[in-house]
Amino acid sequence: MARKISDTRRWGFTILAWGVAFLIFFPILWTILTSFKSEADAIASPPKFLFFDWTTQNYAEVQSRSPYFRHFMNSVIISVGSTLLGLLIAIPAAWSMAFQPAKRTKDLLMWMLSTKMMPAAGVLIPMYLLFRSWGLLDTRFGITVVLMLINLPIITWMLYTYFREIPSEILEAARMDGASLKNEILHVLTPMAVPGIASTLLLNVILAWNEAFWTLNLTTSKAAPLTTFIASYSSPEGLFYAKLSAASTMAIAPILILGWFSQKQLVRGLTFGAVK
Amino acid sequence: MSMMLRGLMGACAMTALAAPALAETLTIATVNNGDMIRMQKMTKPFTDANPDIQLEWVTLEENVLRQRVTTDIATKGGQYDIVTVGNYEVPIWARQGWLLALEDMGADYDAADILPPIAEGLSLDGKLYAAPFYGESAMIMYRTDLMEKAGLEMPERPTWDFIYDAARKMTDKSAEVYGICLRGKAGWGENMAFLTSMGASYGAPWFDMEWKPQFSGEAWKKALTDYVAIMNEAGPPGASSNGFNENLALFQTGKCGMWIDATVAASFVSNPKDSTVADKVGYALAPEGEKPQMWLWAWTLAIPSSTDAPDAAKKFVAWATSKAYTEQVAAEEGWANVPPGTRTSLYENPAYLEAAPFAKPTLDSIMSADLKNPTTVEVPYIGTQWVGIPEFQALGTAVGQQFSAALAGQASVDQALQMAQQIAEREMARAGYPK
Amino acid sequence: MATRHQKTLARLMVAPSVLLLLGWMIVPLAMTLWFSFQSYNLLSPGMEQFIGWTNYKYFLSDPAFWTAMQNTLLLVGGVLVITVGGGILLALLLDQPMFGQGVVRIMVIAPFFIMPTVSALVWKNMFMNPVNGLFAWLAKAVGAQPIDFLAQYPLMSIILIVAWQWLPFATLILLTALQSLDSEQMEAAEMDGAGTWAKFTHLILPHLSRAITVVILIETIFLLSVFAEILVTTNGGPGYQSTNLTYLVYSQALLQFDVGGASAGGIIAVILANIVAIFLMRMIGKTLE
Repeated sequence: MARKISDTRRWGFTILAWGVAFLIFFPILWTILTSFKSEADAIASPPKFLFFDWTTQNYAEVQSRSPYFRHFMNSVIISVGSTLLGLLIAIPAAWSMAFQPAKRTKDLLMWMLSTKMMPAAGVLIPMYLLFRSWGLLDTRFGITVVLMLINLPIITWMLYTYFREIPSEILEAARMDGASLKNEILHVLTPMAVPGIASTLLLNVILAWNEAFWTLNLTTSKAAPLTTFIASYSSPEGLFYAKLSAASTMAIAPILILGWFSQKQLVRGLTFGAVK
Repeated sequence: MSMMLRGLMGACAMTALAAPALAETLTIATVNNGDMIRMQKMTKPFTDANPDIQLEWVTLEENVLRQRVTTDIATKGGQYDIVTVGNYEVPIWARQGWLLALEDMGADYDAADILPPIAEGLSLDGKLYAAPFYGESAMIMYRTDLMEKAGLEMPERPTWDFIYDAARKMTDKSAEVYGICLRGKAGWGENMAFLTSMGASYGAPWFDMEWKPQFSGEAWKKALTDYVAIMNEAGPPGASSNGFNENLALFQTGKCGMWIDATVAASFVSNPKDSTVADKVGYALAPEGEKPQMWLWAWTLAIPSSTDAPDAAKKFVAWATSKAYTEQVAAEEGWANVPPGTRTSLYENPAYLEAAPFAKPTLDSIMSADLKNPTTVEVPYIGTQWVGIPEFQALGTAVGQQFSAALAGQASVDQALQMAQQIAEREMARAGYPK
Repeated sequence: MATRHQKTLARLMVAPSVLLLLGWMIVPLAMTLWFSFQSYNLLSPGMEQFIGWTNYKYFLSDPAFWTAMQNTLLLVGGVLVITVGGGILLALLLDQPMFGQGVVRIMVIAPFFIMPTVSALVWKNMFMNPVNGLFAWLAKAVGAQPIDFLAQYPLMSIILIVAWQWLPFATLILLTALQSLDSEQMEAAEMDGAGTWAKFTHLILPHLSRAITVVILIETIFLLSVFAEILVTTNGGPGYQSTNLTYLVYSQALLQFDVGGASAGGIIAVILANIVAIFLMRMIGKTLE
């Protein structure tokens, strides 16, 4: 039974929600706007919101200083690669934890999560030494593996909570019908698990895309993703707000667009079992 | 294809026999300041002359650069073929055997032309370990119009008291004009560069001859008290987060009356393209206290001993720090924009002196800097605005945090000095001094 | 019914991820443990030697250590309070009927996608800068003195930046949970004449408790290791006012290049993280069963 809502109420909520959402979104909007200003307009007081000489010169300048496309490709390869690799390992693990739980499954999961709390800086030098001796420094493979390992606990846990919500009666029924384990996974579980896997994938691409410690320290140039690209703009000489904004926009735009387009899928599985 | 080019390529092919036949890639780690970024855009003559060498740039913000390069060099990771390092690191790293000595830089390199105080700081046992890209000292940049309005005249080398007096008179907070801008952001290369040299000018060293920290002394107390007082009275808001770049932006937008900082800033504040006050800037030598304030810094190019392309790297370093490069920049961007402070010949060039009104104070400041005798008393270390020991990076930054807190009003001058003394004693004991 | 065959298969399937994680944990951890008993500074090679507990003694007696512990807790706590509180309010608002809900949701979710480095740079320079920042202009526009956020309220400013990044996450999860609330129950409550507040405390909040726990758990894991935001904005200062444990370890490892000291710090941080993990496990164990 749908409730009747007065128009005034609906408009009231609309205005309030748009106001709050605009405030939250404003820093990003402001960055994008600033990226089209001249450096002088970028620090003008009072600030110029829309009426300034729009220019794309900052983008040209940023592009001339570092090869954006290569960093972009590296970011794509590293974040997607590490996520796929992670899923490959985590799906079977999460599946068996969810449907064949052992006594210590919970503890195991918790311990996995706790590895994420280790401060990266403390382990960097040992890792750097290992990477050097294995010849993995500045390779896409090396950094992909590291990011996969970093996000593996989250991947496993997300999938586990999602799989657990799949009613086990369905499995029982399938087994009664004499479905083999292979069929059980392929035809019964997988279709039900797709939304969960999709949102895990999306979340982890985002996390890997934005990871800025290991990517900065274990890559140099060939494998360097966008986080390194941004590291050269953090405090250049003189006026730099417009250039910084342009570089920032270029670094965040791909993931922002991906996030917006896939937000439905992302949200659907992003519950960590919070909703039953 | 001309005969000469053929011959050249033939010669290249010959040398290539000795080395791997493929094109060599040089990975160059560099800092994101204006001169270095300009260099990246000017490498065409080099790559044209050396088609077998490819350049790969890694441009990073100063702190990130230092962290990356130090990690790699110390673990012999071999990621970089050329690194941009300061004159603070060069002697320390050279002593560890981490850098290649730069000998045989080519016939027209003219190493004797490098300014003596700069060359001395980059050498160990008479060998040069890094080639200076630009050198700098500190000087006062001030607004001639505001100085006039305040009814004062800047002497060639003022005293600290004159500076304080002028700063107060130039300040007009309602118009967002602040009499003096100084570094306040914590960091050994930020506020501690300024404060170490200011302290030295007040007769306050970091350590005595037994490596005992000296922050409990009267001289430090006087220096820090004056610094905090004048910045509170006549400094810009948020001074404790201002480093070189922030102050540069403030000065360029006309918000500072005076700015005591690296001489290299002169070409930025006098460039009408970026600076709104370009035609109103005057220059004077850094202030005089018990001793004149001294400062000597050089961004240099060095070759890690873990490189796999030492010859190509040397070729590039020689090109980037040559007289020919200077002339190339002059031809394309004007004399005022050439990297300053490394070669005597530049300061004898009438075209440069004409285009750069800041040339003379820059040269005078550099030549008057004495790395071995920075202050009134004898010290066991070298360095004017830094201390030439490996521990200084961390120690300088830790002490810098305390002084930054004093500037922000989060601690009193006495508390900050007491903490600084405590931190310094602790770290020095940990590092095993006196060695 | 699970057969023995299936059980073995299950073990085999868990094995790769557990082994990998074990390796990821054990190898660097063992190396870190080893280095934590060594005097090993990258900048003075050739001086390595076993020095017992000295590194631990130095790390624990560091004047910054207790401040860093305190800041870590304040940071985690502060961000949690803001994001959970703000997230509940936002979720309630977004659950109301309105025009253009999709666009509103897109705007609210956006900060979650932003690189921490970028958001810290943007907040620091374009908003909190006391001279050229937007907040300074706002303050001046109403005739007030601009606040120098990062110097006067460093930790609070960082909490604000981090909370901005995590608010969308909390909002999304809480909104999803809210939407699963039985509307019949709500209507029944309304029939009974329950006021808005009573509905909130007796119906909505209990329903959200599970989601809130999850938000707290996930955020805590990430918030304990907040680092980029501090590095970019305050470098842990002024003084130690915005140094957290992660940053302290970083400054040992990559400013002092004191591998021994940083390793000891890393080990201590791991131990503390595990204490937190056990605490969280208790909490989660109760709600998530």
